[in-house]
Amino acid sequence: MDKNIYREQIIDLYERPLNYGTLDPADFSHEEDNPLCGDVIRIDVCLDGENRVTAVAWSGNGCAISQASASLLTEAIKDMPLDELKTFPKERLLDLIGVPLSMARLKCALLSLKVLHTGANSIPDTHERNA
Amino acid sequence: MLDIEKIRADFPILQEEVYPGVPLIFLDSAASSQKPTAVIEAMNHYYRTAHANVHRGIYRLSEEATNAYEGAREKVARFINARDTAEIIYVRNATEAFNLVAYSWGEANIHPGDEILLTEMEHHANLVPWHLLVERKGATIKYVPFDENGMLDLSTLGELLTERTKIFSFTAVSNVFGTINPVRQLVDAAHAVGAVAMVDAAQAVPHMAVDVQDWDCDFLAFSSHKMCGPTGIGILYGKRAQLEAMPPFMGGGDMIQRVTLAGSTWNELPWKFEAGTPSIAEGIGLGTAVDYLTAIGMDAIHAHEQFITHYALEALSEVPGLKVWGPPIASQKAGVAAFTLEKVHPHDIAELLDKDGIAIRAGHHCAMPLHQKLGLNASARASFYLHTTTAEIDNLIISLNRVRKLFRL
Repeated sequence: MDKNIYREQIIDLYERPLNYGTLDPADFSHEEDNPLCGDVIRIDVCLDGENRVTAVAWSGNGCAISQASASLLTEAIKDMPLDELKTFPKERLLDLIGVPLSMARLKCALLSLKVLHTGANSIPDTHERNA
Repeated sequence: MLDIEKIRADFPILQEEVYPGVPLIFLDSAASSQKPTAVIEAMNHYYRTAHANVHRGIYRLSEEATNAYEGAREKVARFINARDTAEIIYVRNATEAFNLVAYSWGEANIHPGDEILLTEMEHHANLVPWHLLVERKGATIKYVPFDENGMLDLSTLGELLTERTKIFSFTAVSNVFGTINPVRQLVDAAHAVGAVAMVDAAQAVPHMAVDVQDWDCDFLAFSSHKMCGPTGIGILYGKRAQLEAMPPFMGGGDMIQRVTLAGSTWNELPWKFEAGTPSIAEGIGLGTAVDYLTAIGMDAIHAHEQFITHYALEALSEVPGLKVWGPPIASQKAGVAAFTLEKVHPHDIAELLDKDGIAIRAGHHCAMPLHQKLGLNASARASFYLHTTTAEIDNLIISLNRVRKLFRL
């Protein structure tokens, strides 16, 4: 059994996810699922006056790849400006995951990014923060 | 007893390696079975030496193609003991068979207030066509529930089957639990209230002797690709009287008797339901698959699968944290074991098993409502066929224990 795809960090993050939870209020919250495999990811983000990320949390459930991906993505976007959230490249997330993925598993790996993109794009660049 | 080594030699793909040095252990026959050389060669031979359109050409080649294609229909009729070949309709797969009945029979026979009875363990193929039908017709669907062992709760039938029930459509064998349902008893219950009975035999025909006259069902559906035949062809069996009373499903060439600009009249059975140039090579391949299975013997195949299922259930029960869903006793089920392993997502299980060359299914297996009732997003499923060995089951167990270790269970 080649354990490459499940390197230790992926299992660590599955057992002890980073930034797990919810934020209320948040400047944007978005949730999506992948009904084919049952993966669910929700991401909550708070922004400051200059539309930079001040807090981020995610919640959900699913396979080790989708869950580890959400931890890695939310770690990576801390302090990031809103416009960069909107264009966060999938290659960068795949680099963070750092294991070779089959076509079938790409959907799992990229669900968190899809949630982030949709959530971030619901906020205009000229958004005035809530809190 | 089957000569398993001889049977395995019939399947070229079983000699393949998934990764260098890692042989294929194929435990996903319930999704689609592998093909023996005889089937592959029959289709190859047809394309190389005998291809022409059927039912059309006034020349030797077309006659040969027609004979081979219609000969396969006769083989299928004998295989499931239909009264005559007019009752054997070629379709693309079992899914199309359900759609055909839901559209053709359903349009003519379902009215507002009518009820359709299904079960909670159905494949989407036996759910969605009826959902579409009742939306069009203002009818309703009821469901026979299953219990904690994945068995239908037959005590509910008396309440669920009423004079409003127009059709009871159910699976002979669950594609998740493997449950073998009491088909004749369910058909009789439907007929007792004047309802029509349709059987999903996609997981039955490949694995056990099926006799449509013994079951007395009005319709029955199955796919070629799960029974060692090619994809792209399946069978709708229907009692002649039902099929004759039904309007055509799709229109086009072959299904007509005469066409004028003002309208058309229909061909006789079974061609009334077969519009357009059919899947000729696939029909011939299916006929060869029937020959192949018949020569080995459906009772012998079923006995082997029972033996393997019993062996697998025992072995799986010794994996800590693993739960097999469905009947706990092999004699109550076909060669299917759907399972979960504590917190490990089925996709992770399948991905890791793949690295050891083991192909299983992970997901909802086109039975979302069943999984919703169990409170699961997904399950992992190993399924067995005539070529499955106890050594393959042993390898499955070794791999599952590696998954447990990797996930620190």
